[in-house]
Amino acid sequence: MELDPTSAELGLGWMLLAATLKISFVLGVSLLFFAPVFVLFERRQSAMVQDRVGPMQGGIKMPRIVIDNLLNLQLGAYAMAALTGLIFVGLFLRVALAGDGTIFVEPVFGIHNTYGAFMIVFALLAPVHVVLGLILPSMFHDDRLTIYGGLHALFDALKAFTKEDFLPPKADKLLFRLAPVLAMIPAFALGAVLPFGPTLHFDHLFEQLPAMGPIDGPAISLQVASLDIGILYMFAIAGTGIIGAAIAGYASDNKFSLLGGLRAASQMVSYEVCIGLALVPMFMIYDSLRLEEMVRFQDEHVWGVLYQPFAFVLFLTASIAEYKRVPFDAPEGESEIVAGYFLEYSSGKWLMFMISEFLEVGTSSMLIAVLFFGGWSVPFLHRGGWEAFGYRFDLNGTDWAILSEVANSHIFVILVSIVAFLAKAFLLGVLSIQIRWTLPRFRYDQIMQLCWKLVLPIALLNILVTGIAILAFQ
Amino acid sequence: MAYKIHKPARTVADQSYVVEATKGLGVTFKRLFVNLFSKEENKKIATVRYPDETREYPERFRGVHRLTHRADGSPRCVACLCCSTACPAQCIFIEPAEYKEGDPRHGYERFPKVFVIDELRCIFCGYCVEACPCDAIRMDTGVHVPGSASREDFIFDKETLMSIPGRDGTYVTANPRHEPGDPSFPGISRDHGGH
Repeated sequence: MELDPTSAELGLGWMLLAATLKISFVLGVSLLFFAPVFVLFERRQSAMVQDRVGPMQGGIKMPRIVIDNLLNLQLGAYAMAALTGLIFVGLFLRVALAGDGTIFVEPVFGIHNTYGAFMIVFALLAPVHVVLGLILPSMFHDDRLTIYGGLHALFDALKAFTKEDFLPPKADKLLFRLAPVLAMIPAFALGAVLPFGPTLHFDHLFEQLPAMGPIDGPAISLQVASLDIGILYMFAIAGTGIIGAAIAGYASDNKFSLLGGLRAASQMVSYEVCIGLALVPMFMIYDSLRLEEMVRFQDEHVWGVLYQPFAFVLFLTASIAEYKRVPFDAPEGESEIVAGYFLEYSSGKWLMFMISEFLEVGTSSMLIAVLFFGGWSVPFLHRGGWEAFGYRFDLNGTDWAILSEVANSHIFVILVSIVAFLAKAFLLGVLSIQIRWTLPRFRYDQIMQLCWKLVLPIALLNILVTGIAILAFQ
Repeated sequence: MAYKIHKPARTVADQSYVVEATKGLGVTFKRLFVNLFSKEENKKIATVRYPDETREYPERFRGVHRLTHRADGSPRCVACLCCSTACPAQCIFIEPAEYKEGDPRHGYERFPKVFVIDELRCIFCGYCVEACPCDAIRMDTGVHVPGSASREDFIFDKETLMSIPGRDGTYVTANPRHEPGDPSFPGISRDHGGH
């Protein structure tokens, strides 16, 4: 593992702090954002697609005064939106009518650009309050705070924890307890190599960076571990996912579980081959195994999905199969083998399998975003700020200089990139949940046929064609 | 004789599965957006948020029993025991009693001193309603027997049964009742029969 040359300038303490913050960001995003949000969306999407209301009753009783004044609260939010909008319009008119160009630069309370800063704050506050007013009614139902069914999911998880933790009497005690932990590891571990933002230069947070050239001062790459083998690490981690399912199936002392574990093992081993071969054209194009280099390449050129739509479809298929999700969930096929490899699990251990399933939706979506949708890269947003077709977003020297100063500042660019990355991963996760509720399950032999007779040959052919194309265009 | 089954022709697009899967995603996404964002009347949600909302039962739903009232508030029941005889679950117990001497109804009809239905035994077949000649017992309340933790709460006595309104909120029925002394009173009483 090669250290980022610039990060060596940081003291050990700062590096540890940065690493801790990065790890907690990745874990926090997985556990506190993706897992609950995908659980909620899975429930809502499945219900809405099937014309059901869905489970959304669970909630916390709110005091009568809040429930009775819900309409007033909503009106208050709209009133606040109108007020902030009016203030914004007032400031705008004040600036526009004054017309002498001095208002922005004239310091108020010793702060430069006070009017501009206020305008940006109020321009953001108005839509925030409108959205608040719009979503307020769906937060409550009857006399309870339900968050549109979100709390129901939380209570379901709490209920699962309070249930009896059943251990089959003839089960392998050690392996039975180990399997859910092993199943959870790959869901987390993949986050280690995913770059979630561009390099952070924290000496220049509030400045506009130069578009090219080196930047002095310490730099932190927004990635937990920058590995040379990057994507190979991801294959290795995906490989360990087999162990959890297979051990769970074996240790449960149940024939259905054993069948499920065997199915999971053979399916995941088969699709691991496809995952690797589907991605080979991407390494050839990106010319690197490092995920951050891949993102940088896509940032400079175009997103990978435009280079390789075939590879995207193949990889999406193979990764859904690799993580045993519908329509490739034969290992837990309810109609044949009850619940497959986690049939005998209950209470917290069962919950661990379920959580790892939703975490995997999150991590695999993040991975697809990195490989095919440019990761944190936003179109027209570069290190030096916004730029489209040679035109820079630059209002220096005008009354609106503050706008471009804020929009091009390093911290803003970083925040927009991180939000864009999470938004891409989120949309891909929604898509993968929708696939789950759209496609019927494949029969087991069809899964194998799809892998060995269709995905694998096409992936190999894709490598050949890509290689010829690269040679031809070089 | 064997006959040929025409299988639908499959194009390459069908075989590749990708096109059809995308179409399927389009269908489900459309349904998702219709049910999430369209106006309330255009939504196709078929279920209700059950404990908070309940669906109206159909008109002929057999709910908990009620004893209908006369104009003066007494039960229409004449304690003929038809319902308890018809009851296949034997959940109705009636103890008939005579009206006092001098009452216009004395000798013409009886009244139930005790009228008890064990709602836990009842199978809600509706035979008692069919059997009743006086339209005195009805199951048109449209509600379930309310839940309780003790069995005693399901033994409904006369007062309880008379306190349950029909679905329209009234305690009477649409069928007119002809009391002795009314001009429309058709029959003769046992006293007039001379036996």
